[in-house]
Amino acid sequence: MRDLSILHLILASGLVALLAGLHWRSAPRLAQGLGVGLVRCAIQLSLVGLLLEALFSHVHLAWVAAMALVMALTAGREMSARQTHRFRARASFWIGASSIMVSSYLLVLLALLVAVRPEPWYHPQYAIPLLGMLLGNTMNGIALAMDRLTDGAITERRQIEAQLLCGRSATAAIATLRSKAVSSALTPAINGMAAAGLVSLPGMMTGQILAGSAPMPAVRYQIFILMLITAGTGFGTYLAVQMAARRLFDGRMRLRVDRLAALE
Amino acid sequence: MQTLRLRGLRRLGLKGIDATLEAGQLACLKGRSGSGKTLLLRAIADLDPIEGTVHLDGQDSSSMPPTEWRRRVAYVPAEPGWWAERVKDHFASDPSDWLSPLNLDPDLLRSNVDELSSGERQRLALVRALVQHPDILLLDEPTANLDNDNTAAVESVVQGRFLTAPGRAVVWVSHDDNQVQRIATRVWVLAGGQLEDRTP
Repeated sequence: MRDLSILHLILASGLVALLAGLHWRSAPRLAQGLGVGLVRCAIQLSLVGLLLEALFSHVHLAWVAAMALVMALTAGREMSARQTHRFRARASFWIGASSIMVSSYLLVLLALLVAVRPEPWYHPQYAIPLLGMLLGNTMNGIALAMDRLTDGAITERRQIEAQLLCGRSATAAIATLRSKAVSSALTPAINGMAAAGLVSLPGMMTGQILAGSAPMPAVRYQIFILMLITAGTGFGTYLAVQMAARRLFDGRMRLRVDRLAALE
Repeated sequence: MQTLRLRGLRRLGLKGIDATLEAGQLACLKGRSGSGKTLLLRAIADLDPIEGTVHLDGQDSSSMPPTEWRRRVAYVPAEPGWWAERVKDHFASDPSDWLSPLNLDPDLLRSNVDELSSGERQRLALVRALVQHPDILLLDEPTANLDNDNTAAVESVVQGRFLTAPGRAVVWVSHDDNQVQRIATRVWVLAGGQLEDRTP
């Protein structure tokens, strides 16, 4: 396969810049978002590329663990930044980061030890890309679920409190909202599985085929990754929604929307 | 017999509320908009964290499970919430006995909540509280959306049926002086964060 030069990347970036230009007058915030996204994506991926090259040449568990920790904490921060209403005292960050870590780390460990089995088992060439894919998707799922849950706690406060007033427990009063939050997180993953191969060819499989791999091994890897992503998103979201739903109430089963602050 | 006792309730605009309501009494709670009437009812129903204590028959609210407290001290907000699509799914037990005294058609139970008028919602919310067999009713302007006939029906049910059972009491927020004269055995006025007993 032919290597891409800087010129090719500038050409692709130019397309996004053109899109930002189209929206510059009518939606300046959107245009600004596209511009910032373009620059961040280019810088972050270049830095990660350099970092991965360094990691590949110095394979050591401590370096891989440090990288995994930084990635998960960054995912927690990104997730928290996307909330319309955040828990005070950085609780949204800790809920997000801990759920992302537990879910993604466990599934990546499982994938490395049971399926991929590189030598050594933590080899960054396998561990970091797998973790990256899981973290990204789990982060998106948790961000959607937390946003739905906290926003719903405010907009559906009357319905929730009406149930508390009828003697229902906090768990029962928030059950419908909790299930809506989990659904909103898992819908993209379900759609992704349903559309895979029919509507779209997933990115990882496309990348492998473009890099010269035979289609069937690429397909098997893709199915494996899609299942991991769905499970990771589902488990991470379940944990985050459980913790966030608990935090929405105090010991007297009062709905504590005062624990949320609107994003300025 | 003492029923409900409030001691030193403080939250936002409430500056230390002390009051006692005995069984069989109906306290009308008056006060300007924003004086904290709803805040006080929410505090008694244990919906908001608050300084001070609320006792029911000598038992502190914090010593009772919250689900049990809210069943025994039932609060009906001015704008009650509805969490299910169908009306009948909101009742813990059969509400039939309370419907006709409140001029409510039993067929309403089979309808959807969004088909109800605001007056029907308000009376059904009262029924929802009554079927829990509470000791205390906290009513936030329960007749605000009602015509004279239905207002009379609500007053009659609360005074004639609920309050006549032993150990029961009512706190009723009202802006209508005529209504206060008709139903109140106690008159509480909330002003400047303080509760004043102005029972004639």
